[in-house]
Amino acid sequence: MSETTHDGTVAVTTPVSPDEGLTAARLAATYGLSVSGARPSLVGYVRQLWGRRHFILAFSQAKLTAQYSQAKLGQLWQVATPLLNALVYYLIFGLILKADRGMGRSVYIPFLVTGIFVFTFTQSSAMAGVRAISGNLGLVRALHFPRASLPISFSLQQLQQLLFSMIVLFAVAIAFGSYPSPSWLLIIPILALQFLFNTGLALIVARMGAKTPDLAQLMPFIMRTWMYASGVMFSIPIMLEDRPGWISDVLQWNPAAVYMDLMRFALIDGYGGGNLPPHVWALALGWAVLVAVGGFVYFWKAEERYGRG
Amino acid sequence: MAEQQQGERVPTVIADGVHIVYRVNGAKTGKGSATAALSRILKRGEERGVRKVHAVRGVSFIAYRGEAIGLIGSNGSGKSTLLRAIAGLLPAEKGRVYTDGQPSLLGVNAALMNDLTGERNVILGGLAMGMSREQIKERYQGIVDFSGINEKGDFITLPMRTYSSGMAARLRFSIAAAKDHDVLMIDEALATGDRKFQTRSERRIRELREEAGTVFLVSHNNKSIRDTCNRVLWLERGELRMDGPTDEVLKEYEKFTGK
Repeated sequence: MSETTHDGTVAVTTPVSPDEGLTAARLAATYGLSVSGARPSLVGYVRQLWGRRHFILAFSQAKLTAQYSQAKLGQLWQVATPLLNALVYYLIFGLILKADRGMGRSVYIPFLVTGIFVFTFTQSSAMAGVRAISGNLGLVRALHFPRASLPISFSLQQLQQLLFSMIVLFAVAIAFGSYPSPSWLLIIPILALQFLFNTGLALIVARMGAKTPDLAQLMPFIMRTWMYASGVMFSIPIMLEDRPGWISDVLQWNPAAVYMDLMRFALIDGYGGGNLPPHVWALALGWAVLVAVGGFVYFWKAEERYGRG
Repeated sequence: MAEQQQGERVPTVIADGVHIVYRVNGAKTGKGSATAALSRILKRGEERGVRKVHAVRGVSFIAYRGEAIGLIGSNGSGKSTLLRAIAGLLPAEKGRVYTDGQPSLLGVNAALMNDLTGERNVILGGLAMGMSREQIKERYQGIVDFSGINEKGDFITLPMRTYSSGMAARLRFSIAAAKDHDVLMIDEALATGDRKFQTRSERRIRELREEAGTVFLVSHNNKSIRDTCNRVLWLERGELRMDGPTDEVLKEYEKFTGK
C-alpha cells in the first residue's frame, strides 16, 4: 500500500466535465468517435482489402510452406502429392474400370488428370473456405483486418498449389503426345476465371461455415457428389448418350465441368472444340463474375458478425 | 474531431451498456449423444443446441485520452472479453462501443505459424497487424534485437516450433510491441520471458503508453496494475463492480479477495 502511482500528474477523480449528462451517442458524436467494429461501406471494404494485399499473399504462402515443413522431402510433396493422386485415379479408372469410352488412351489419361487437378482446385478452395472463419476464430478475435482476407488467402493458396500440379499436368500431356502449342496460352485466362469463381465460392461457404460449422462435416459429401456429376473421369455426353439430352446439357453447364472442359480443350491435342458445350466461354466468364461478385457482397454483409461466439 | 487541449478531457472510448454473449454449440445438456443432438434439431424454435454464456452484462464507462486503465477481477469475470469488445473484435449483443481510431489488442499469437521460421513470422505478424512491408523492413532488426532471440546463436532462421516456450513468447511480444497504437490494449502480456526480458518489456510498454492515447491493461498482478495504471475498472461476473482511482479500487479489491 506504500506505493503510489508513477503518473500522479493525471488527475482521475469522479468525472466532472461539461459533457456530463450527454447520452453516450451524443458524446461520441461530439468528439467524433465511431462505433467500434461497425461494417464499412462496400467501397471502403474493397479499399481496406487492397491495403491488406501483402498480408493476404504472405498468409497464403506461409500456409503453403507450413503444410509440408515437417516432412523429410519438404516442398517436394507439392509436386509429389498431385502426381500420386493422378496415379491412383489412373489405376482405378484407366486400368481397372476402363472408363475411357470413345477416347484413346493418349487422350484419356491427360483428360483424366486434367479433370482431377482442375476439380481439386475448386474442391480444395471450397473446403478451405468453409473453415476459413470458423477454423481461425483465434485470429479473427485477436486482430483487425477485413475478414474476407481469410477466404481469399485460402483460395490463393490453392492457386499456388495448382501451379505445382500444372507441372505434373504438363509432363503428363507431353508424355501422351500433346505437345505445347499456342492453345496452351488459353490456360492463363481459364485459370484466372476459375480462380475468380473459386474465391467467390470460398467467400460464400466461409460465411455459411461461420454461422454453421457443421457445414464442414457435410462439405466432403457435397463435393464428391459434385465431382461425379461433373465428369471428372468420364465424358458427360458420351456417358449419358441414351438419356434425355437436357441432363447432359445441364451437367455440362455447371461451372466445374465448364472449367475442366476448357482446360482439356486448351491442353489436349485430341480433345477438339466439338466436345465443348455451346457458348462455353460466356459460361466460364458468367460463372466467374456472378459467383465472385455475389460471393463478395454476401460475405461483406455479415462482416461485423464474424467472430461472435 | 476535437483537438486535445490542456485541461480538457477528451473521451477516446465510450462503452454504453455493453452486453456480450458467447454461444457454445453442443453444450446445452450434459448428454452429448447423437440422438440427443438429433432431437434438439427436430425441436425447432429457439436455437436449442446452443448454450449461451453471458460474459459481460451491461458495462458502461468513458475512457479519456492519457489514461491508463487497469482491468481487474477474478478469472472468468469478463475482462478479456470486454477488451475484445472494445477492440471491435467481438460483436456486442446489446449496447455499443464508440472509439477514437482503431483500438488494437497487443498480441499476434494467432497469426503466427509454428512451422515457419522466426524471420517469416516477424514479417507475417507485422503484416497481420496492418504494417506495410516497408515499415516491417525498417523495424525488422529492432524486433529481432529486442526479442533477444539471436543472443544464443542464429535462431531467427529456425522454425518457431524449435524455440523454447520462453523464446517464442519473447518473439511474439516483440512483434506485437513493434507497432504504435491509438488505443492500446494489453492482456497480461507483461509476464513473459526471463527477468531481463521482463524489465525490457515493461519499459517498452511504458513507451507504448506514452505514444498511445489510452491504454487498457488486463492483469492479475496488482503490482503491475499499480505501476502502470491511474484508473481501475473492477469486473465481477461480467458486471462493473467498481470504477475509480487505482488505490481506492485496489484496496477494495484486495479486501474482497482476502489478501
